[in-house]
Amino acid sequence: MFDLDLWREIFQSINMNRTRSLLSGFTVAFAILLFTVLFAIANGLQNTFSEAFVDEAANSIFIKSGRTTKAHKGLQAGRRIQFKNEDFDYVKEEFGDKVEFITARIYKNVNATYKNEQSTYPLRAVHPDHQFLEKTLIQSGRYINQNDLDNNTKSVVIGRLVEEDLFIKKEALGKYINLNGIPYKVVGVFHDDGGDNEERIIYMPVTTAQRIYGNNDYINQINLTYNPEMDYDQALSFSTLLTKKLKNRFSIAKNDQRAVRVRNMAQGTKAISQMSFGLTIIILVIGFGTLIAGIVGISNIMIFIVKERTKEIGIRKALGASPKSIVSIILIESILITAIAGYIGLLIGVGVLELVGPSLEDYFIKDPGVSNSLVIGATATLIIAGAIAGYLPAKKASKIKPIIALRND
Amino acid sequence: MLKINQLHKSYAIGDSSLHVLKGIDLSVDKGEMVAIMGSSGSGKSTLLNIIGMLDEADSGDYILDELPIKDLTEKKAAVYRNRFLGFIFQSFNLINYKTAVENVALPLYYQGMKRKERHELAMFHLGKVGLADWAKHLPKELSGGQKQRVAIARALAANPKLLLADEPTGALDTKTSHEIMEFIQSLNDEGKTILMVTHEEDIANMCKRIVRLRDGVIMEDKRVEQIRAEQYV
Repeated sequence: MFDLDLWREIFQSINMNRTRSLLSGFTVAFAILLFTVLFAIANGLQNTFSEAFVDEAANSIFIKSGRTTKAHKGLQAGRRIQFKNEDFDYVKEEFGDKVEFITARIYKNVNATYKNEQSTYPLRAVHPDHQFLEKTLIQSGRYINQNDLDNNTKSVVIGRLVEEDLFIKKEALGKYINLNGIPYKVVGVFHDDGGDNEERIIYMPVTTAQRIYGNNDYINQINLTYNPEMDYDQALSFSTLLTKKLKNRFSIAKNDQRAVRVRNMAQGTKAISQMSFGLTIIILVIGFGTLIAGIVGISNIMIFIVKERTKEIGIRKALGASPKSIVSIILIESILITAIAGYIGLLIGVGVLELVGPSLEDYFIKDPGVSNSLVIGATATLIIAGAIAGYLPAKKASKIKPIIALRND
Repeated sequence: MLKINQLHKSYAIGDSSLHVLKGIDLSVDKGEMVAIMGSSGSGKSTLLNIIGMLDEADSGDYILDELPIKDLTEKKAAVYRNRFLGFIFQSFNLINYKTAVENVALPLYYQGMKRKERHELAMFHLGKVGLADWAKHLPKELSGGQKQRVAIARALAANPKLLLADEPTGALDTKTSHEIMEFIQSLNDEGKTILMVTHEEDIANMCKRIVRLRDGVIMEDKRVEQIRAEQYV
């Protein structure tokens, strides 16, 4: 039941004891403020980490070639290893369902022109699977498909920023773009979360690039993702086996580190997720430490308040206050101060984040923020803590004998 | 009005216990004005606290206006105090962040009276003690005599059967003491039953009956010729 008089009593008590109320409120507000900011910074750090790796699938393996550094099987050191289509097919056939997606890559730089606009862009000639490896998101049109490969079509898929640069607010889809003097049809426009550079790339079918640039079957790199059902150890042994088989195939010494390089993202991903985990633990400890400090602060203040009000409680009891009314007046005051102060701390915390958040990106803190549920949870915890912290002293206060309370003066 | 039979009270002090009241028999009629006197440690304050239901006796009967006071729960004691008793303390015991009128209205709040009603009633009682103009002042803005008058107004607000005063003039100078006593006497003239603890002979002589305690027993209980306070004012 809503008891207006009880609330009047409480507001009067808060209002007439401003220093006391402000002090206890400050503790709570500060705890929530710190909690919010710390959690937000932690989230910002995690955002930075996960963004650095959002661009590529976590189960990616990159295979590159170089020159041999050691003589092996009668072949000299310094021999250049060149992947060809047959090597791509070999990897694809040999490892079967251990491979999820696989693509070759050929790198070029092209001078692209459309009407009067021109610029230089990196070009990647790829297989259709590349879309999933690179987490490329099609904005309009389509990606390179098998038909493009089979027919060596002069089709390209361009990044969002290429379209912006060259087509200037016009639809690029279906238009012809000139790459080093040869016109290609734009069959798709993509965007990518990996940053601006990733959106200034032009993709074309691998076969088309081989035909036009050198008329050979060379490829620069093979990218694949392993079956995501493999765990970390399986993934590592898979990439070890892959390395071994490729070294065998090209007659490379086992300890030659340069000729064929296999980079398994699982290692990096594992390190990152461990780091994130460690970070989360640290933040949890700090955050809850702050909360506990806040709770202890409220408890202390509540005990102090009851002590300070002992005499008042004695007077009230002598005048006929029931124990229940003593408990409720102290308890509700405690909860009210905690709730309001917690909310203020939250507002300040969010305000601080809004203000300085964007400038923190230089310090690897991106989009610092806290989820509403977390903050509401923290405030609720503090309110419950305030209630408990207030209840015990209030219960004690209600048991104070009026004669004892009224004696010392 | 008030009947006490063989009242005993001891306090535990460490391992031993201190027998403060050793069988008090006291009977007070309606309209009496009784001073309870005694040196410190004689048990006079303990007796007043038991009568005021702020403390409980170990044994003995206490009947207030035909209502036996025993086995009090905290809640019941609070209700009885609120309905039957008005307290006047040596140190006034006003709530310092409440104005005079709010202090007077507090017992009415605990009776569950509506805000407007209790404000009116509190104003009426403040007027009776001559402080209607000071209703909106905080205790710290009042003199000692004014504070005690606010306290008296508060004690009267709930229209109690019995007024209990614990050294009501203890913190006041002689002139103010006499003013307060004059007012208390006028309340008694109107029919209020008053019980007062004091150690000042002249204040006690302004009552109609003096009960002297020593070492927890009543050693003298006599009616006296009341000295009117107004002759000193």
